[in-house]
Amino acid sequence: MEAFKKLDSTAASLQVANIDTDQIIPARFLKTPRSTNHGEFLFHDIRRNSSGELDPNFILNTPENKQTQILVADTNFGCGSSRESAVYALFDAGIRCVIAPSFGDIFYNNSIKNGLLPIELDRNEIEDIWQILKTANNTRIEVDLKNQTIHLPNGKNINFQIDPFRKQTLIEGLDDIDLTLKYRQLIEDHETSNAVERPWIATIS
Amino acid sequence: MPQTLFEKIWSRHVIVEREDGTCLLSIDRHLCHEGSFHAFDKLERENRVIRRPDLTIGIADHYVSTKAPELGNEEHELRIPIEKLTANTKKAGIQLYGIGTPEQGIVHVTGPEQGLTLPGIILVCGDSHTATHGALGCLAFGIGASEVAHVLATQTLWQEKPKTMRINIDGELAAGVVAKDIILHLISVIGANGATGYMIEYAGSTVENLSVEGRMTMCNMSIEAGGRAGMIAPDEKTFNYLKDRKHSPKNENWDLAVTDWKTLFSDANAVFDKEVNIKASDIAPSLTWGNSPEEALPVTGKIPDPKNESDVSRREALEFTLQYMGLNPGTSLKDIEVDRVFIGSCTNSRIEDLRAAAAIARGRTTQVPAIVVPGSAMIKKQAEDEGLAKIFVDAGFDWRATGCSMCVGMNGDLTPPGERCASTSNRNFKGRQGPGSRTHLMSPAMAAAAAIMGRITDIRELEPVDL
Ligand code: SF4
Repeated sequence: MEAFKKLDSTAASLQVANIDTDQIIPARFLKTPRSTNHGEFLFHDIRRNSSGELDPNFILNTPENKQTQILVADTNFGCGSSRESAVYALFDAGIRCVIAPSFGDIFYNNSIKNGLLPIELDRNEIEDIWQILKTANNTRIEVDLKNQTIHLPNGKNINFQIDPFRKQTLIEGLDDIDLTLKYRQLIEDHETSNAVERPWIATIS
Repeated sequence: MPQTLFEKIWSRHVIVEREDGTCLLSIDRHLCHEGSFHAFDKLERENRVIRRPDLTIGIADHYVSTKAPELGNEEHELRIPIEKLTANTKKAGIQLYGIGTPEQGIVHVTGPEQGLTLPGIILVCGDSHTATHGALGCLAFGIGASEVAHVLATQTLWQEKPKTMRINIDGELAAGVVAKDIILHLISVIGANGATGYMIEYAGSTVENLSVEGRMTMCNMSIEAGGRAGMIAPDEKTFNYLKDRKHSPKNENWDLAVTDWKTLFSDANAVFDKEVNIKASDIAPSLTWGNSPEEALPVTGKIPDPKNESDVSRREALEFTLQYMGLNPGTSLKDIEVDRVFIGSCTNSRIEDLRAAAAIARGRTTQVPAIVVPGSAMIKKQAEDEGLAKIFVDAGFDWRATGCSMCVGMNGDLTPPGERCASTSNRNFKGRQGPGSRTHLMSPAMAAAAAIMGRITDIRELEPVDL
């Protein structure tokens, strides 16, 4: 997994609550292998008008947001289906950080596993950021995971919370399977004692 | 110390607890479907071994054709994910309930039906509706592809301990009100993120009185309230449901298991992080009108008016939703005409659901195209034996083979753009049933009534037909 680096990028506001993963990537693209660039599937059906052309009003279609790495979204971002392809689509389109008042939990976990940083802030802080992005003459935001800080274009800083283990996973680009396999003996011991206490679970009969 | 049902199950599974409270949990059962190919691909790239193939079962459901299931799918492109599942499970030595097997069905219908889901276990699947299985008193939750790979490689998962929420529903349900109405009502009360970060336990007399099938319908949609898992303490109904299922414990193991399962309930003074109380008498036959499951109303309701919304961004969102749904403010829900009907999905495709829909369909004729997709091959057969299939066919419904079908449209069963579908599934998201599709979620009987009348219908107003 790619290690998370400090970001300095334009930020795009997506002021719609409950953006579900079906909107982030429609189901018909889920059969695509990871090796294919998922970027063009991102928001596929909501960023296009009925004739299939890119809607110039959709926030990620504007020229200044072509390269954006940061999305400032609304409540319950990434709710719904567990499809990890939603994160692949964001990542391949260049998004490295989504800031929102709350996230679907599976989406949140999927993000961490793929090097995308989900930041949870209070909704009033998010509203401030939307306001600043609307009025400032540039929309560049810096996201510093090491110091857990967001630098806004008006000079203001906002701190954010993230659990230390997830932070380390992102910064070092760790894959937790290797880490877990270090506990192999404990896992096996647990399974052995479980098989004694609850023999009906030990294997699928 | 008194413990909640959740805590009792969680603590049995902790292998390692980190300083920050995150735990390494052992996973008892893992179900995978066609979408798991991302996880298998990842393991292959990293050259990893599958640790406990005996604890995983593969089931084909999302891409399977409901018209020609013996082929997998008529369309080559849609057959590929099914073929990948077959190849991956075969290589790993994982048992597969693939196309054409008598056990095949929607993963969340097949798991309980085959006795793979048992009280007290932790069960995971790369699918958000895994919460369904919690209806049997286990901890079951959906995971992403990386976590599926982690389970395959280690048979464990790192999890932060969620907060606990108990939802107490008490009292008698009014005539015509079923489990689907309870959960739609509940989500409209607590919101689509009302349970985010929480593990839900459903309790109270109303829940106790539900059948195991009804409990599954409720737990299934926990994710639609943001909850990752929903669970219900196992009782005699649960044990009766599980007795003699294919993978249920047998003989002395059965007795041992039941003795253990009887200890699985929240102790009298157990403390939850949050409690919500719902009165059964407040619930009416309900349906959704918008694009979020929280946008549900009693069938007697009217489409809300954006003018009454003071918050600008909410007003704009509502206008956008009404435009997408092709609805006008103030319209009575009962005046909304539908273009098609889908009865199926892991929410409502069990035998009890089909019986409820057939009771409405009996002796009547559909006004619009309507399909009935049983949740498993076993349910299909049972419905045929009970004469339900004939009732549907005589009424003009299309009787199909099992699979996820029009819940998500991956197999090609789509609602065309702009069409309005009365659906017994769980998600009314924009484009969920196909690009431009408009979905209204409701119970099986309400969906059958919509097919018969060609519009949203209050089930209480449809006179029973004497045959
Ligand atoms: S029926 Fe629908 S919700 Fe259930 S597993 Fe299939 S696609 Fe998912």
